[in-house]
Amino acid sequence: MASQAASQAPEFERRSSAWGISWRRAALLAPSGIILGLFFVAGVFADLISAYDPEKIVLVDRLIPPVMEEGGSWDHPLGTDNLGRDILARVIYGARVSLLVVGICIPASALIGVLTGLIAGWRLGWADRILMRLVDIQLALPAILFALLIAVVFGSSLRNVILIIIIFTWSSYARLVRADVLSLREQEFVTAAQASGASDKRVLFRHILPNILNTIVIMATLEVPSVILIEAALSFLNIGVAPGTASWGAMISEGRNFMTIAWWPIWMPGIAILLVSLTGNLMGDWLRDTLDPRLRNVR
Amino acid sequence: MGANGLWTIFLSRLLQGMLVVFLVVSIVFLVSRAARDPIEYLTTDETTEEEKELLREQFGLSGPLGKQYVDFLVNAVQLDLGNSFISDLPAMEEVLNRASKTLQLGVAALLFSLVLGIPLGIIAALRRASPSDWFARLLAVLGQATPNFWLGLMLIFFFAVQLDWFPTGGSGGIEHIVLPTITLGLLTSAAAMRLTRSRMIDVMNTDFVRTARAKGLRESTIIWRHALRHAILPVATILGIQVGRLIAGTVIVEQVFAWPGIGRLMLHTITVGDFPVMIAGILVISSAIVVANILVDLSYPIIDPRIRAGGQ
Repeated sequence: MASQAASQAPEFERRSSAWGISWRRAALLAPSGIILGLFFVAGVFADLISAYDPEKIVLVDRLIPPVMEEGGSWDHPLGTDNLGRDILARVIYGARVSLLVVGICIPASALIGVLTGLIAGWRLGWADRILMRLVDIQLALPAILFALLIAVVFGSSLRNVILIIIIFTWSSYARLVRADVLSLREQEFVTAAQASGASDKRVLFRHILPNILNTIVIMATLEVPSVILIEAALSFLNIGVAPGTASWGAMISEGRNFMTIAWWPIWMPGIAILLVSLTGNLMGDWLRDTLDPRLRNVR
Repeated sequence: MGANGLWTIFLSRLLQGMLVVFLVVSIVFLVSRAARDPIEYLTTDETTEEEKELLREQFGLSGPLGKQYVDFLVNAVQLDLGNSFISDLPAMEEVLNRASKTLQLGVAALLFSLVLGIPLGIIAALRRASPSDWFARLLAVLGQATPNFWLGLMLIFFFAVQLDWFPTGGSGGIEHIVLPTITLGLLTSAAAMRLTRSRMIDVMNTDFVRTARAKGLRESTIIWRHALRHAILPVATILGIQVGRLIAGTVIVEQVFAWPGIGRLMLHTITVGDFPVMIAGILVISSAIVVANILVDLSYPIIDPRIRAGGQ
């Protein structure tokens, strides 16, 4: 958001010389980068960092408050949940679940979406018609209900969550790429490449794709927070990860029943989701303004 | 493009929409039958084969899948989706009974998001870099990043448990709808605000606004009569997309606030395997999304006369 002022009201902004980033923006980006870095490190090294097993139930230690509350201690800095599991450990392992979902879903759906978008925009005809109908179907069928159906029919597991998210996100890449191909295919450099005898494959991958790579990168970055939110929502409804697994959404769902006597079991994972999704959005916005300001109104 | 052109567009969109609803319902029907025989949800281990046969006959679950599918389609066209496995009432009736509750919540959330989002977007655009602009943008960033189920729980915690201003859930009087409306509408209001703001900024810099100023029109006339009309067109597009999001959102929000609408019904029926009600619900929901999108498409020529005249 801050971007819009930056790109349109340069008179208000002092630009730092080296990076071309305004100071105000840098003040937002630096903490965002640190938070996303922490999220990444927590996810990758969860088993090394965490002092506790996130699924270990210790009933005598249940609902210990976090360290800043009376009765809390540094043994459990963020407190424990209703089954005595360490919340910090669960938040760290929850980062691993989110990171895994992001790490698989985004590349997979980007790959599928970009390929179909390229083919549909280039070939047009039936390929295009099928793609557009698939997009319509997907828009008319709420992901949550379909996810629920899949969870009931095939069981709930991380693998199914990942598949569902891919099914429901690839088409946004496809639509974007298709639209870009439609306008690029009329350009002279494409005609020139074709006239010089380049094959369809060569035109698409060597001439058109490099021109839309920025768009794809921006789209993928902005998808990170939304993929994290979808996973959290599915786990909150108990149709995400398997029961007991430390996932931010599942933690909130469990903590909900004790909300009136203990605030921390739902606050801690909630803050984790909020921070990661907030900083992901800020980074995405910055990338968009830097790489391609004309995409400002896409979302 | 005259009135005839509008009708042609409307009819072709309607046909496409019907095709989409047909495909959605077919996918859900086939997926739901693919992995498990629905009879499993109706019976226990002690049910005899004869009893199973009777149940199959009663609920249209006998014969090969292809035949069941064709029978299902023939009945579905007449809006007969069979009876609920649980209550034995017509499935469509069960769903429509709940539809009004979801419609109330959805309309309230949509109004909330427009009433909050559009004026905030306009103010933010006209007073760039002012405190109100910062507030609007903060709201937009937070609205986009907050998971709605968590927001709902927080609202319950502060406004229902601590302050006791509103009930924690259920439905009844007007006080029951306040917290769910805010929860459901915040994301949409963030989207509406962002879009109104950036469009308004663009429009205020165009030549025709400069001309209007040069003519000596009052600033308020320029904003309300000239600029807003242009700024609001893409908001209509976003609304088309948001209707789908709102409906998906109601599933979660209804669950958080125990709001007795379609979303909660769907969660329940899918979990217990009440397939006729589930498919009726999917039919109603996907039709609603398709109809909303058609209405949005048709609203363009009304908002923007250039489209009516055939220009782009």
